[in-house]
Amino acid sequence: MSLNGQSKIPQILKNREAEVLADWLGEQMAAGIRKDLLKEMELREECREFLELFTDAIQQGNFTNIQSPEWRGLKDMLASVSRSRTQKGFTPTETANFVFSFKQPLFKRLRQELGQNGETLLEEILSATNLIDKLALWTTEIYQKTREEVILRQQEELMELSTPVVKLWEGILALPIIGTLDSARTQIMMESLLQMIVQTGSQVAIIDITGVPTVDTLTAQHLLKTVTAARLMGADCIISGIRPQIAQTIVYLGVDLADITTKASLADAFVLALKRSGFAISRSKSAI
Amino acid sequence: MQKNEVISIRSSSDVVLVRQAVRQLAVELGFSLINQTKIVTGASELARNTLEHGGGGTVNIEALDEGTRRGLRLIFEDSGPGIPDLELALKDGFTTGGGLGMGLSGTKRLVNEFDIVSRVGEGTRITITKWK
Repeated sequence: MSLNGQSKIPQILKNREAEVLADWLGEQMAAGIRKDLLKEMELREECREFLELFTDAIQQGNFTNIQSPEWRGLKDMLASVSRSRTQKGFTPTETANFVFSFKQPLFKRLRQELGQNGETLLEEILSATNLIDKLALWTTEIYQKTREEVILRQQEELMELSTPVVKLWEGILALPIIGTLDSARTQIMMESLLQMIVQTGSQVAIIDITGVPTVDTLTAQHLLKTVTAARLMGADCIISGIRPQIAQTIVYLGVDLADITTKASLADAFVLALKRSGFAISRSKSAI
Repeated sequence: MQKNEVISIRSSSDVVLVRQAVRQLAVELGFSLINQTKIVTGASELARNTLEHGGGGTVNIEALDEGTRRGLRLIFEDSGPGIPDLELALKDGFTTGGGLGMGLSGTKRLVNEFDIVSRVGEGTRITITKWK
């Protein structure tokens, strides 16, 4: 920008900080800031901090590149504002408006100072607009990033939640699988199963796939790998929860599960596992 | 009922999306549970092939209504390396990706119509149709 170094903006902000701040706050209040989510005191403090950092940074005369070190402080501050607003439930527009609304009070002062000189005023407004747009976009970027972090964390939590290995009886483990069986889940599942086999010295593990909606060749391969790994650790696997439609599909696909004991329901698999471990179930007479 | 949906396949979560879309449409068309499962499984196989061997692509899901019969047609397209030997690729147990090698041949058995066009260096298009 041709105005670098001679811009009036740094001077104006320095001399009239208090007025600009008051105008800006009024602007946001009038625009209907979400008072249910943010207290006026907090907003005032945020605005004050923003203005202070903005005034500091603008003294360097750099209007174009917010990546340079003098803008760092302001960017960090905006990042934390954006993060806290994301958590409070503001929309991206509302968050960006925090920065956009700064234009009005700034331009008003500019007009007062440069009213007669149309050419300079236009130049000043153009460079300021450009800068403020960049800062507002930055808040949106952080907003997006914060959301993505939340999603990523939830995915990880879900992954851990969904692979429990439970002990059904002495020497018998069960691994109920719910949802899609992809590579990452198979890895976690296999790890926790093998670990439990070592810990409990179990000889039978039942993998229940009642909650797996689609069994394709990749799912089958993952199951086969898990069964083989468990076998190497000295535990036999039974796969249960094979519904009629899944059974037919597996046959058409041509996947060979003949080496593995399979059962229709977890109950059947459990009875078989008990039998293999040498237990017998009998109903006591008093219960009849 | 004329329905048409295009889903792009760029990551493994898209494979899940394809499965869900196909299942939903199959349910709407009144497919039996076994046929639902067959077409969804076939879609899952081909979507994963599109992703892993074709480097990503698209699937066009189309509901067919020909008066007396209804069906579901899926067209998987990618612009990947293509398949040099189709006969070999359709053989049970043949794999280049470390899988079981049953995906393509198995899918052919799961559906009513199966058509594959592949040019080396240009890409692959697989069309499958399942009638109700």
